[in-house]
Amino acid sequence: MARLSEDNVRIALEIIGRYPRAKSATIPLLHLAQQQDGFVTNEAMAHIGELVGTTSAEVLGTATFYEMFKFEPVGKYLVNICGTMSCALLGAEALMHHAEHTLGIKAGSTTPDGLFTLEHAECQAACTEAPTLQVNYRYRFRVTNETFDQLIDDLRNGRLGDEIPAHGTVAKIRQRIPADRGVGAVAPEDVTEPPAWMPAPQAQGSTS
Amino acid sequence: MTATDTPTLDDVPEPAPVDPNAVSITINGRAVTARKGDLIITAAENAGDYIPRFCYHERMSSVGMCRMCLVEVDTGRGPQIMPSCMFPVSPDMKVYTDSPVAKAAQEGVIELLLANHPLDCPVCDKGGECPLQDQSFSHGPGESRYVEEKRHYEKPIPISDLVFLDRERCILCDRCTRFADEVAGDALISFTHRGNLTQVNTFPDEPFASYFSGNTVQICPVGALTASPYRFKARPWDLQEAESTCTTCSVGCRTAVQSTRDELVRYQGVDSDPVNWGWLCDKGRFGFESVGSDDRLATPLVLTATGHQPTSWNSAINSTVQLIKDALAAGGPSSIALLGGARGTNEDAFAFARLAHDVIGTPNVSSQLVDGLPVGVLGLPRATIDQAASAKTIILLAPDLKEELPVLYLRLRDAVEKKRSKILEFTSKGSGLTKYAWKTVYYEPGTQADAVTTALADPAIAVQIASGDVVVVAGRANLAESSAPTIAALNVLLGAIPTASVLPALRRGNVVGATQVGIRPGAGGLDSRGILEAAAHGSIECLILLGSDPLSDVPDADLARRALAGARRIIAIDTFVNDSTALAHVVLPAAGYAEKIGTTTNLEGRTTSLAQKITAHGTSRPDWMIAGEIARQLGTDLGFSSVADVTAAIATHVDGYDGVTTNALAAAPNGVIALAPSIDRVNTPTVDLGDRNAYDFRLVVSRKLYDAGVAVAHAPSLAPLAPGVAVFVNPLDVTRIGSSIGAEVTVSSSTGRIVLTLRADASVQRGSAWVPFNQPTSAAGAVKIGDLIDAGASVTDVRIESI
Amino acid sequence: MDAGTASAGEHVVTTSATTYSYTPGFYAGDRPRIVTSRFEYEDSHTIERFLATDGYVGLKAALAKPAPAVHEDVKAATVLGRGGAGFPAGTKWGLTPPGVFPRYLVVNGDESEPGTYKDRLLMERDPHQLIEGCLIACYAAGLSQCFLYIRGEMAVAQERVAQALNDAYAAGYIGKNILGTDFSLDIVLHWGAGAYVVGEETALIESLEGNRGMPRLKPPYFPAAIGLYGQPTIVNNVETLANLPWLMRHGVEAYTAIGTATSPGTRMMAVSGHVKRPGVFEVINGSTTFRDLIFGEEFAGGMRDGATLKAFVPGGGSAPWFVEDQLDLPLEGRAVGAAGSMVGSGAVMVMDDTTDIPAAALTLTAFYAHESCGKCAPCREGGTWLMRILERIVAGHGTSRDLDQLIQVGQTICPGNFPHASSERLGLTAVPFPYKMTTICFVGPSAYTPVHSALTLFRDEFEARLMKRTFIPVTAVSEPATADSTSLTAASMAGTVHS
Repeated sequence: MARLSEDNVRIALEIIGRYPRAKSATIPLLHLAQQQDGFVTNEAMAHIGELVGTTSAEVLGTATFYEMFKFEPVGKYLVNICGTMSCALLGAEALMHHAEHTLGIKAGSTTPDGLFTLEHAECQAACTEAPTLQVNYRYRFRVTNETFDQLIDDLRNGRLGDEIPAHGTVAKIRQRIPADRGVGAVAPEDVTEPPAWMPAPQAQGSTS
Repeated sequence: MTATDTPTLDDVPEPAPVDPNAVSITINGRAVTARKGDLIITAAENAGDYIPRFCYHERMSSVGMCRMCLVEVDTGRGPQIMPSCMFPVSPDMKVYTDSPVAKAAQEGVIELLLANHPLDCPVCDKGGECPLQDQSFSHGPGESRYVEEKRHYEKPIPISDLVFLDRERCILCDRCTRFADEVAGDALISFTHRGNLTQVNTFPDEPFASYFSGNTVQICPVGALTASPYRFKARPWDLQEAESTCTTCSVGCRTAVQSTRDELVRYQGVDSDPVNWGWLCDKGRFGFESVGSDDRLATPLVLTATGHQPTSWNSAINSTVQLIKDALAAGGPSSIALLGGARGTNEDAFAFARLAHDVIGTPNVSSQLVDGLPVGVLGLPRATIDQAASAKTIILLAPDLKEELPVLYLRLRDAVEKKRSKILEFTSKGSGLTKYAWKTVYYEPGTQADAVTTALADPAIAVQIASGDVVVVAGRANLAESSAPTIAALNVLLGAIPTASVLPALRRGNVVGATQVGIRPGAGGLDSRGILEAAAHGSIECLILLGSDPLSDVPDADLARRALAGARRIIAIDTFVNDSTALAHVVLPAAGYAEKIGTTTNLEGRTTSLAQKITAHGTSRPDWMIAGEIARQLGTDLGFSSVADVTAAIATHVDGYDGVTTNALAAAPNGVIALAPSIDRVNTPTVDLGDRNAYDFRLVVSRKLYDAGVAVAHAPSLAPLAPGVAVFVNPLDVTRIGSSIGAEVTVSSSTGRIVLTLRADASVQRGSAWVPFNQPTSAAGAVKIGDLIDAGASVTDVRIESI
Repeated sequence: MDAGTASAGEHVVTTSATTYSYTPGFYAGDRPRIVTSRFEYEDSHTIERFLATDGYVGLKAALAKPAPAVHEDVKAATVLGRGGAGFPAGTKWGLTPPGVFPRYLVVNGDESEPGTYKDRLLMERDPHQLIEGCLIACYAAGLSQCFLYIRGEMAVAQERVAQALNDAYAAGYIGKNILGTDFSLDIVLHWGAGAYVVGEETALIESLEGNRGMPRLKPPYFPAAIGLYGQPTIVNNVETLANLPWLMRHGVEAYTAIGTATSPGTRMMAVSGHVKRPGVFEVINGSTTFRDLIFGEEFAGGMRDGATLKAFVPGGGSAPWFVEDQLDLPLEGRAVGAAGSMVGSGAVMVMDDTTDIPAAALTLTAFYAHESCGKCAPCREGGTWLMRILERIVAGHGTSRDLDQLIQVGQTICPGNFPHASSERLGLTAVPFPYKMTTICFVGPSAYTPVHSALTLFRDEFEARLMKRTFIPVTAVSEPATADSTSLTAASMAGTVHS
């Protein structure tokens, strides 16, 4: 597909500017690429390498370490059913079987209409609300077969468009640091002195 | 027991002053003195207790990945299991490398590493020299309980033109990836994926095209990485090995030369602390292919009416001597000239220097080909590689070291990465070291002396240089310039920084050795350009080409052509037929690398021994023997009946080589420094930049690592790597030419006009054009960049026009 | 308004007085609340509500003092790290080498330990409290820039924190010259992309540097010495920082008046699994016992459906398991550590007598095998090996050798004699946690912990699953290991007794 668009390059440069080292922006930029194309393309990884000053191979190495990045198209809705301890104790496996039946696909695959990809997920930090799932990283708690079917029906019929964006977008709100308020990245090569609000070193040690 | 319980301690007499760097530790119950900062794994090894390891490599940072080196360490809090590659020794530390817990941990790790490792040792190139195999026997449990299915990957996959990767064999030690990133600076391979599915890979369609890729094969502790030139060629137990020095360039990396059945099959880097740290460039590593080439000259050739005909050595030597005698009769000693010698041994060079200077009596002798610097640079205060790589400031006034002296590039890159040094680079075109340079000063070709003057006036640079410890790396950055601008700049630098020392960045393997032992102009003698010009004017009766090919290597192609046409007699001693030897009246086949013993001197002056590993090709002979035979027939016995005689004669007669004896070299694998104090330092030459007139671009011509030279062209694995020829300009200059990238353009100078493909390259500065030198071209002789270059001009200005 | 809260309508949250539907799983109870004090407000995540409820008052109190005095307060209050290791935050801040600047704060919001559910709530429900905590920490310890690392999968938390940061910048609480003082700080929101191991603080730093999230070499043991970009770096958990505003507002004495001397204050605990009322509770630190938590009416309310307790995981998936005998241990690091486990990340997972123990162990082992970063061979190879053997056993193909094999493979990760979360009743002696390990971080040992606990406590359940043959039939070879082959085999554990 594509390198980052002009608009996204602008966002990318803003993100890069917040870090003392450009490479730190690699993961946020991979998210940006996934938001743009729905998955992370080779062209985007090469472009990110150019932007943060690393080789494409380093970007690939970082990207493939993390589960959220997909390297081929996935469904518009990525359905992650948690299968870790607390959810497993409360019926996660049965829910997965039901989900496979409802969607007509095995976990790890995508429906022919390209709408749903079903995956096993690890602990989603909602253990008291087991069994849980996420659709494009939006939670559903204490999921039953019935609420699962209702969810799929709602998604199919576009009833949750406001809440759940297409796969690729995680947070819909971005941090913006206003130019007049931002301090800017504090890089090791720029600063060797204690920050302004810290008392001089000799006073620092003399707390009684 | 505590210290207070042992009052006797107070009665002990005051001990001798202790070494502040000594740390007393206990290893397996034995008291051992280690060095402060030593890792446990090193301290134990020094004490004779080898701790098994896979990921640890002493030339790279510790990562603690494989966990093979786990030992028990007690620092007073009871024994803890620790990876010995990560912890430095501390006083009174107790280390147990083979306690039951340590052994169980080591056996466990071996079993885990073997869990997914295929047991295909019988068909694996590494079998027999495999650290995993060896340590499975020495430190493993002896059997595996793993009955699950192993990981499967496609095997093997090419990750570059030279290297194959078998991910099933990989034990994920991070050595290759660390090397690529930390040492070579080419992070083109990386771990990908995670956990049990972690693998090493390249980015899709971006191969591991590093000049140093072969090192990863050497340091791979299993058979996961194999090099295509060696795959399935030999088994380790069939290899014979001799330690030698690589003479592909003048860095002089130490190597282990390996052969089987009298055929070279592999070079391995040997860790020479002052030089290469175990690394080799791929051109050096895989250069053995050219030694074994079927194209090698096997018998002497004489020119007859029907062209070159094979002949016997007796007949060829007789013809050679007759040519020399005829020349002496026709024009006297100074009508004879010798060019070359930089590719052989010191002994070869010395014997030919004696032949030329003393037997024939000519001062017209040069080891360079109008592409180096005046020999006077060897008379300057010389820096070693170590000194350069630890200097506070390294000033580069040199060609792209990554292309010409690759392992020197690694050493200087390391100096910057480890924050020992800052690089101040003067160049006309971005180089491999530009991104590591503290400051890069771009100059228009020919104006480097002005650029240096201006830079030295910069306050920040002045402060940096005033802190002392400056090494200048000086070489010929641009073959489309004469050496004059470089020498002028060097003189400005040395004038301003009198304490600076110089590391000469001359390229050919033994150019420094050959020059120092005598292949340099005698009193009133001509240098290489002078010799060629004399030949072109018809005043050279006999030209001796000692392993040199002026038609390929002299930047001014027209000068070379006229010289070889004008020389009345040509005698060539070489390993291959080339454009120049094709014109010779006699061609004598020379023994090649690893076919003869001797010594070589690298750019620092470090003289090391060269090993013979295989029988010389065909009937070829070492050069020194050929020189001795010619001298004898001319009535002088040089007194050389063996190489040792020549080595001894060098030690006796050559200024600076008195310490270079066979015994001294045998005792010092890292060699002996031999300088040439009698060489006069260079003088300031005249730089005449002329008027650019209608010429838009000033030309930069420099070498790439892979070119059309014999070491690459006759190595089947390397030849395809030569990038080919094109003219490169800054992307912003493309429109100015009125052409487009990829289109053919004419490039013309005052001396010629050629057609090249136009390419853009941001490392080329605006207003200059770059063309790589001596690249293979498709149609024979179709493009010769040397046609644009005039050896008599300081710089070359060109016009680039669309067709 | 957002997914995390809107979908939870059917089950409700109660305090003694009120019921809230927008904080799923949270039960306030009638207890002191330090970090959850705003949870009863639906709009607790907004700056308006925050400012109306003592928001940034703690920051102002801190800024009124010299920075070292604030640091001293945090030391004196013994604010324990809530991420798992329980190291006192004030002490941690003091480990930075003197004179080396800049120093950074990295906030560990990568909550992903199985069973753990608290940091996400704190980020979603009270993001300004976290921001205020970050500001206080950076002020006190002289940290020049703050990176707030939120787990990638927490979309709503990311949105809430992003909005809060934007609002706080606009209101002058972050950025240059905060509240007119010479204290200036940027807080940069950074989000992960799905890797449990990044919760390990050195891996978190690697990830923040744009690398693969693989734990770094130790030593140095603490990033405080060499951390982000090689500089001194403090890594603090979300809940730890969320304590600071209250501490600054109410003072050290008020803080230490809650809880015990070694574990003052409160802590967030999530109780999940087979209990009547799974939930998140802010409990009094140190004195509350596991029995209170699991059986207390104000907490989880006892076992569901009248079942009996079989075992529980006391401190997140990495913790060695406890049984009934340990119910009366307090939630206090030293007591639980001496008994061979850990309070860890504040997560109790309860198993009743219907639980298929081998399958439960497999679920956790598979998690850690899957989440291994791949760096250390024992974890990378050993974790997966353990998982494969367990899969075989759960599938009914295990052999009599496999049980000893599990122990032997485990010993390559955790050598020697190791801890038993057990009791004299079983004739076993507890070994204090943590144990010896051949890996850099705890992911490797965590793959073995559930196996070891389950085998020690319920060996008969494993034996009952074994084949009566001593060899493995060829047909029993499992599928090639992939991420997805694991959780399918975690046989139905809900309400099924194995036969």
